[in-house]
Amino acid sequence: MALVEVRNLVKHFERGGGLLRAKTVVKAVDDVSFSVEEGETFALVGESGSGKSTTGRCMLRLVEPTSGEVRFRGENVLGFSSARMRAARRDMQMVFQDPYSSLNPRMRAFTIVEEPLVIHGIGTRTGRRSRVADLFQLVGLDPAHLDRYPHEFSGGQRQRIGLARALALNPSFIIADEPVSALDVSIQAQVINLLMDLQEQLKLTYLFIAHDLRLVRHISSRVAVMYLGRIVEMGKTAEIFENAQHAYTKALLSAVPAPDPDAPRARIELDPALVNHDAPLRRIAEGHFAAV
Amino acid sequence: MVSDTLLAVENLTTVFDVRPTPVVAVNDVSFEIRKGETLGLVGESGSGKSVTAFSLIRLVQSPGRVAGGKVIFQGRDLLATSEPEMRHVRGAGIGFVFQEPMAALNPVMRVGAHIAEALIVHGLASKSDARARAVELLRAVLITDPEKRVDDYPHQLSGGMRQRVMMAVALACKPPLVIADEPTTALDVTVQAQILDLLRDMKREFDLSLLLITHDLGVIAETADRVAVMYAGRIVEQGTVREIFHDPMHPYTRGLLASIPGGGAGSRLKAIDGTVPNLASLPPGCSFAPRCPARMAVCDTAFPPVTAIDREHTVRCYLHTSPDPGARIPEPAGTAR
Ligand SMILES: Nc1ncnc2c1ncn2[C@@H]1O[C@H](COP(=O)(O)OP(=O)(O)OP(=O)(O)O)[C@@H](O)[C@H]1O
Ligand SMILES: Nc1ncnc2c1ncn2[C@@H]1O[C@H](COP(=O)(O)OP(=O)(O)O)[C@@H](O)[C@H]1O
Ligand code: SF4
Ligand SMILES: [Mg+2]
Ligand SMILES: [Mg+2]
Repeated sequence: MALVEVRNLVKHFERGGGLLRAKTVVKAVDDVSFSVEEGETFALVGESGSGKSTTGRCMLRLVEPTSGEVRFRGENVLGFSSARMRAARRDMQMVFQDPYSSLNPRMRAFTIVEEPLVIHGIGTRTGRRSRVADLFQLVGLDPAHLDRYPHEFSGGQRQRIGLARALALNPSFIIADEPVSALDVSIQAQVINLLMDLQEQLKLTYLFIAHDLRLVRHISSRVAVMYLGRIVEMGKTAEIFENAQHAYTKALLSAVPAPDPDAPRARIELDPALVNHDAPLRRIAEGHFAAV
Repeated sequence: MVSDTLLAVENLTTVFDVRPTPVVAVNDVSFEIRKGETLGLVGESGSGKSVTAFSLIRLVQSPGRVAGGKVIFQGRDLLATSEPEMRHVRGAGIGFVFQEPMAALNPVMRVGAHIAEALIVHGLASKSDARARAVELLRAVLITDPEKRVDDYPHQLSGGMRQRVMMAVALACKPPLVIADEPTTALDVTVQAQILDLLRDMKREFDLSLLLITHDLGVIAETADRVAVMYAGRIVEQGTVREIFHDPMHPYTRGLLASIPGGGAGSRLKAIDGTVPNLASLPPGCSFAPRCPARMAVCDTAFPPVTAIDREHTVRCYLHTSPDPGARIPEPAGTAR
């Protein structure tokens, strides 16, 4: 069964609108539908500004969608009252791209990870202390460093703190928005391994937003490609990588530099004029759809 | 062939005089760049790549200072060159492209004025024909509608277009060497691909040599002829792009290559353990030792010397300091690959 189902999600932002200028509408997310199966890693890829983060933020109602449905375990969370939504968020968490700005620099690591437990009134003071120590261990941090401040940790360690915080309430669904793009190359693999281990250990379901297609190919079972607010192609990861149909997907895949000086180079340029933005998603093969 | 050398960096050392201990950001770095080639400088953030670049053109900001070494460019030592002469070298001799084009471009100056300024300062165009030259250069870096774009301000351009403008400025005076410091890191992969293609074309067309700084091994594999791998302020391995990718010698280089996702889907990645070193508290011996799967007792004594593996290929690691030069020590069991 699908754990999360997104149906016809739309988010428009209004821009400008001064004395002399007309308001413009940015269609950040423009009729997006997909579902994430229990236990899988579903990846969202696409160029900067294509609407990936906005989709993720709408799903957790960190921004209010303009219209559409987000069904979590069959229920539309967009219709939830704020109290009900707060409870639902225990089960749906987000990990952010930038481990530098997403942690409050004036809070100790312990307090950062403990905070969601306090907000939800969970446990006693001492109970929470030992829960946070366990979470530290779970993400590979030394519990002896509980009382340190964020700046006393490296980038990879800060991302682990963010992850410990996201895991504090035992969620089943995690949206990871570019969780390793700000990390050093030699540290990225550590954090990716940790994410994969935790998924297995805690039976987590991931929506993984990413730029690095090599990484997406490695960790996701299915992938959706976003272009200008829309999903233009979606399917099993291997199928998309081997049998891409949409011009944008082809351009994106061909742009990834291969870490091999002898790899053949066959760049496919995208001609935006040739993309029919109104083409609906069409079935290409079992579970493979493209807007062509 | 000595005559082919355009830039020779010898034992360059740059120190930041910060408290409590000075930081050696660039430590005894030597490399050369030959006419028409691209040298890729790769390393993680904080390893000293940008400070190396700024040291070459003598733009290291205080509290940093170049503490030693030589930078021989076209036969003279830039570290012993007067500041007025250096101003001529920057731009006319060595052009540069930075990671964040927005920070390098003046927000209140039109695109054309940036290029015109470079041309006029170096006496390569008069005020009256600078604009026409600017349009020409914008066309060369594949900006569409260059006659219109020449009057745009930087904020009116996309990230990829700004990077093209930076390249037009860098190329304005046809310098023989261009330093590009992470020119595509802030860009989408599709735009990155266009910029890399453009760099390659420009290199051919203008007969450039290129120092390309990046942390992306894919970019290096596609673009570089030779590669220098930097770790904690030192070059730990250097060789042709094929030697580095197909026959890496240093455990750090091997670890980096092995950690690139590409194995079976869902398999664990081969990560390098530990954290990126803090330059203020490096271990006494090899700086990679705390993370190295092949660490030996000797590794903690002093930083390993340079060993020549081949004509182009050098490495600084005790696995390869054989008493019999030329003989290769077999790989130890623990080496990541
Ligand atoms: N709060 C906001 N107000 C106005 N416009 C916004 C807002 N948030 C996002 N947008 C716009 O919505 C579009 C999609 O943005 P989004 O952050 O979802 O992109 P993204 O795919 O995550 O990009 P990136 O890869 O750069 O993170 C962009 O055009 C962006 O400028
Ligand atoms: N303004 C500065 N003050 C003090 N130290 C600095 C400064 N700039 C750079 N450094 C030191 O130089 C090292 C190398 O920096 P840099 O060359 O920018 O790294 P890279 O470009 O490889 O990411 C840093 O780790 C830091 O310790
Ligand atoms: S010198 Fe020793 S510690 Fe350093 S990389 Fe070589 S084997 Fe590892
Ligand atoms: Mg985003
Ligand atoms: Mg840098």
